[in-house]
Order: sequence, then C-alpha cells, then structure tokens
Amino acid sequence: MKIDPIHQFNVEPLFTIGRIGDHTIAFTNASLYMFVAVGIIALLLLTSGKQLVPGRLQSVAELSYEFVASMIRSTAGADGMRFFPLIFSLFMFICVSNLVGIVPYTFTVTSHLIVTAALALLVFFTVLIYGLYKNGLKFLKVFVPSGVPGYILPLVMAIEVLSFFLRPVSHSVRLFANMLAGHIALKVFAGFVAMLGASLGVVGWIGGVMPLALAVALTALELLVAFLQAYVFAILTCIYLNDAIHPGH
Amino acid sequence: MAESHGGAKGTGAHTEADGGHHGGGFPPFESSTFASQLVSLAIAFVALYLIVSRFALPRVGGAIEARQNKIEGDLAEAQKLKDQSEAALKAYEGELASARARAQAIGNESREKANAQAEAERKALEEQLSAKLAEAEKTIASTRATAMSNVRGIAADAAGTIVQQLTGVVPDATSVNAAVDATLKG
Repeated sequence: MKIDPIHQFNVEPLFTIGRIGDHTIAFTNASLYMFVAVGIIALLLLTSGKQLVPGRLQSVAELSYEFVASMIRSTAGADGMRFFPLIFSLFMFICVSNLVGIVPYTFTVTSHLIVTAALALLVFFTVLIYGLYKNGLKFLKVFVPSGVPGYILPLVMAIEVLSFFLRPVSHSVRLFANMLAGHIALKVFAGFVAMLGASLGVVGWIGGVMPLALAVALTALELLVAFLQAYVFAILTCIYLNDAIHPGH
Repeated sequence: MAESHGGAKGTGAHTEADGGHHGGGFPPFESSTFASQLVSLAIAFVALYLIVSRFALPRVGGAIEARQNKIEGDLAEAQKLKDQSEAALKAYEGELASARARAQAIGNESREKANAQAEAERKALEEQLSAKLAEAEKTIASTRATAMSNVRGIAADAAGTIVQQLTGVVPDATSVNAAVDATLKG
C-alpha cells in the first residue's frame, strides 16, 4: 500500500459549472465540503429549539453564540457587535470545516491556502475600509503608537505599516499550516499501521499498535487544534477590527 | 484511506485540475484550482453570512433574550412576593405585639379591679367583725358585771348564814357586805 499523505488535499472537480476568462469553474470536492459546512451550521442554528431549558443542540447553538459574542465584547468592545454576523460566520465556518476535516475520507477546506487567504483578505479589507469610512484619516493613527519618542517614530511607523500589511499573511498561513501539518501527520501515522501490516504480516500488525496509538492521540490533538485555530482566527479578526473601530492604541 | 476514490474520478471528470497532482504537485499551491475554490467559497460564505445574519443569530439571540427576560421577570416576581410576605410577616408581628400589649393591659386592669374589690370586701368584713367583736365584748362585760353582782349577793347571803350558824347571832348586813367586798377585791 502506497502512502501519499498529500493526496488528501487534492481538489477533484465533480462537475464543471462554467468559465470565467480562461479559468474553468468547477464544483469540486472542496466546494462540496464548503457547502457541507454551511449546511451543518444552518442545520445547527435553524433547527435548534427555542426552549426555555435548552436541549443539547440548542445548547451548542447558544454556547457558540455567547462564546463569539463575549469574545467580541472583550476584545473590540460593544461597538464591535456590528461585526457579530461576520465574526460568527468566520468562526463557525472555520471551526466546522476543521472538525469535518478530521473525519476520515473527508476533505479539509481550510487546508488550502487560497481559502484561508481569501478569508484573511476579507477581514483585512473589512478592517481597512471600515476603518477609513468610520474614522477618515484618523484611522492612520493605527500606525502611530502614542508615547514613542520622535526620533525613533519613523522606524516604529515603518514597522507598524509593515506589520499591518503582513497581517493577512500571518492570519491565513497560521490556519492553513496548522490544518495541513496536522492532517499530514495523521495520515503518515495512520499509513504506517497499514504499511507495517501489509509488509510484515502478523509481526507488522503487532508493531502497528504504536503508530495506531499515536494516530489516536494525534486525532485528539487535531480536535483541539481544529477548535483552537478557529478561535485564534476569530479573535485575531476581533483584534484587527478593534483597530478599525478604535484607532490609535 | 482516501486514495481509492480520488484518482480515477479526477482524471475522468476534468482535465484542468488534475494536471499537477500525482505528478509531485502540491495541491494547496496548484493555481488551476484557485478560481473554482474562490467561486465556491464566495457563494458558500455569502450564503452562510446571509443565513447567519438574517435568520440564525436573531433566532438564537431571541431564544437567549427570551430566557433572560423570563429569568429576570421571575426573579422580580419572586422579589415582589418575598417583599409581600415580609410585609405580611411584619404586619402580623405588629398585630401580635399590640394584641399582647392589650392583653397585658386588660390583665393588669382586671387584676387591679379584683384586688381593689377584694380589699374593699375585706375592709367591710373587718369592720363588721370588729363591730361584732365590740358588741360581744360589751355583752361579756355586762354579763360579767351581772354575774359578779350575783356572786356578791350569794356570797353575802352565804357569809351571813355561815356567821349565824356559827355564832347564832344574825350579823349586820352592812358589815357582811363590806367583808365580802374586801375578800372579792383581794
């Protein structure tokens, strides 16, 4: 049995939708899992009860609601609540995509840089446009930290500008790399089990216990990472939006 | 693992996307898939955003708010009832205290009245008794005086008779009376 830990990231077109310029737009397995994630979120939020004493599904829906709401309030203040739908959508989309991706044989939407980059750029431009719209040129105070002596201010400003424009890079690569690395590691260890068993017979199956245990442990770790990366992405979004709402630190 | 289904389908369905994979290409960096992914992501995310902002959040938030209102309402109701019961308790205690005070007052009053009555009766009885006592003493004194005078007469007679028997001479009544008086006094 050949182990190809990269194969799981292949984007396979299921059918073609149309063309834009010289790009073929296809409905791929990635598209499928994006809509699966949207469907799961919609199902969770729209079919959960409205009981006074919540059931399990309703508790999940309400916990995620309050989790994101309190995250926004604590990092971006009450003004940040206007971005609640955006941050909630981002958090839920990434979290559900990550979690779905852990299920064997599924595709992980967030393991593709183009997807995470698109989401990070969405946040970046939201911050930029809302910041300029709301504060006008005062938004540029983001680049001028207060309390810095005049003679090093140009240097600090250069660093601030650079870090501001590098935000979407770190924002997207962090999520992408975490998901990619985790899934490769899982695949490698799971592949060992099958390879040992296939090549060494009984001895191999016994020897495969170790990588199997590791694969189980890694799966648990990946569950944590899946949630944690969604949380990190969402809270960074809140922090960046806080700059747009309250420029000048 | 996932190997079984991917390769065959990919080559059959589409020409462009599978140009690089299996050939050592790294799928996340295969630019031929970017357009498809971006379009799907845009559609999926806009749909998600609309679902979340139009339906999901108002729905879940409404449920949470309804619970919050219900809890606050119930707490306020409980507080109101508690206040009411405390007021009732206070009223009850006030009533009890005043009733106790009234009972005490009534008790004192009736005790005093009873005492005064008893005192008056006792006094009347004592007066009656002392009057009777005085009367009885008077009767005793007069009876005694009568008796004494009777004793004197009898003694004088007896003395006269005794003197006559002994001497044969009838004694003088005056000297006999004087002798009897002297003896009675002594």
